[in-house]
Amino acid sequence: MFDRDRWQEILNAIKQNKFRSILTAFGVFWAIFMLVVMTGSGNALVNGITHGFKDFATNSAFLWANRTTVAYEGYDRGRWWSLNNADMEAIVDEIPEIDVLSPRLQGWNLREGQNVVRGEKAAAFNVMGDYPQYRNIDPCTMPYGRYINKEDIELKRKVCIIGEKVYEVMFNEGEDPVGKYLRVNGVYFMVVGVFKSNNPNINIGSNKKETIYLPFTTMQQTFNYGDEVHFFGFTAKPGVNVQSIVDRIKPIIRKHHKISPEDDQAIGGFNVQSELQTIEYTFLGINILIWVVGIGTLIAGAVGVSNIMLVIVRERTKEIGIQRAIGARPAIVIGQILSESVFLTTVAGFLGLAMGTLVLHLTDVALEAARAQAPPDEQSFFMNPEIGLPMAIASVIILVIVGFLAGLIPAMKAVRIKPIEALHHE
Amino acid sequence: MSNNSIIKVEGLHKSYKMGNNALHVLKGIDLDIKAGEMVSIMGSSGSGKSTLLNILGILDSHDRGNYYLDNIRIEKMNETKAARFRNNYIGFIFQSFNLISFKNAMENVALPLYYKNISRKKRNQMALEYLDRLGLKEWANHLPAELSGGQKQRIAIARALISKPKVILADEPTGALDSQTSFEVMDILQEVNQMGITVIIVTHENDIAHRTQRIIRLRDGIIGENKTNGNFQPVNKEIFTNS
Repeated sequence: MFDRDRWQEILNAIKQNKFRSILTAFGVFWAIFMLVVMTGSGNALVNGITHGFKDFATNSAFLWANRTTVAYEGYDRGRWWSLNNADMEAIVDEIPEIDVLSPRLQGWNLREGQNVVRGEKAAAFNVMGDYPQYRNIDPCTMPYGRYINKEDIELKRKVCIIGEKVYEVMFNEGEDPVGKYLRVNGVYFMVVGVFKSNNPNINIGSNKKETIYLPFTTMQQTFNYGDEVHFFGFTAKPGVNVQSIVDRIKPIIRKHHKISPEDDQAIGGFNVQSELQTIEYTFLGINILIWVVGIGTLIAGAVGVSNIMLVIVRERTKEIGIQRAIGARPAIVIGQILSESVFLTTVAGFLGLAMGTLVLHLTDVALEAARAQAPPDEQSFFMNPEIGLPMAIASVIILVIVGFLAGLIPAMKAVRIKPIEALHHE
Repeated sequence: MSNNSIIKVEGLHKSYKMGNNALHVLKGIDLDIKAGEMVSIMGSSGSGKSTLLNILGILDSHDRGNYYLDNIRIEKMNETKAARFRNNYIGFIFQSFNLISFKNAMENVALPLYYKNISRKKRNQMALEYLDRLGLKEWANHLPAELSGGQKQRIAIARALISKPKVILADEPTGALDSQTSFEVMDILQEVNQMGITVIIVTHENDIAHRTQRIIRLRDGIIGENKTNGNFQPVNKEIFTNS
């Protein structure tokens, strides 16, 4: 199979017309190069966008109250209403498919002037009220201390956890904030932790880095929100569709608050799962496009190889005739031509793969360098252009198949010529 | 069929289709060549001598009649089987040498063994032995383009011999050589014959034909004359003494 005589013939066939061989190989090279670069760029786009979602519970949704738009049961349209604790309890009771539910308070009215003070330091930050389970929806790491816990909620402790930016502004670098106090809108809270979100690009309600989280119950009581819930997030149990839960939550809320069943706008919401699906379909579309273009280019390259193999077979008809006269079986002749074709495509394809990977790598290096200089908050939509090992293996397999198919017709043609005709071919 | 015929042909017919017409080339050939004979086939161009040689060499198929090679009936067979027969039974020598241009002398000689899946080391060693016997050992690493016509034909003979065939078929082996070289090549072929290999030479040169034991003349697709050559003299050179 890998006898030197076989390679000698392959190299000789290529050497006899270097320029032609190179041009042909370029077709395949270019196809694979394009495929690699395009796929890598597509992946970078996916990476850039999904990086912003990292670790965020994708099987989640958020719901909140909006003004009603339909008059119902004696109420006029345009009515303001609020979610409340009773709604939350009813929802959790009635829908066991909900994994965690986390009511939230958003202190819009609290961020005014320099609402957060510590000694001589003062700044304006957002204040949110949260349950411990919010961490299941929006995971974070804790550089200092701990997250809000059950006792905080039950005992309505005056504690808080703070975002990275809050820590930076209110504390000295390296200072341990745990146990220190912050005055938030006139009330002192003890800092029990600093949180660092895993997905800083998703901000619901406020920029997380500039936010102070209070225990939900503490915040309801301290800042006079009564039993109000401003909005809530929940996750579905595995295998349960988020939208189906949303569709079951809405009637409960409508019943509690006398909202018309026809009023689609009174309950606002954001379904992370379905939003992600939309994005995934977009990515799928991009990927399909990449592969269609890539495979198309590759087919054009393969036709080129097939063409050149036909010419090679024609030029070497007599030689093939001699070989067959002295005992070369058709299988040997076919094998010879197929291996030439596979060799040509694979070498060209490998160069394309290598070159494409190199270009992607250089882009990656340049992107990293650019990101290092950009402000840390800047979102990037293009990140780590790369192709995975499966893709590389797939393209090698495709190359071998393409080379094989490209050589098939010329090979069959070569053995269809009778040896006697081949011998007399000039 | 147990006799010492190496090639036996009965009522062999062959015609070629040329558009709507059929060109009837061989019109019933009967031939019996014994193992170890040295025979020449003569005839003017168009007499069918090359066609006959191609059929004998299983490069072409016959339409009618019987052909036995080493007492095996040769019928229409697939190319794989035909290639095996050629590889095992027949050595070809062509007028235009038909060496592979990018292979050196040794590799050309070794090529039939490649098709027998013999390892490169072993086949090259055997090729060197044959080149040595034909006095071409120093030329083993030369490409055909660097060799003279006589040298090329000797390499072609070595290539024909290396697979230890039962029959050597030579199609105008001296056609492209000057008379001095021609005689040298004939000397070698006679030596080959004395090793016990049947040699069949197609030629139109009387000088060449007269160095074979039997001369068969073809005329218009039939055998016109089939006579033993009284002037035949074996050569005395001993190139293949070791074999």
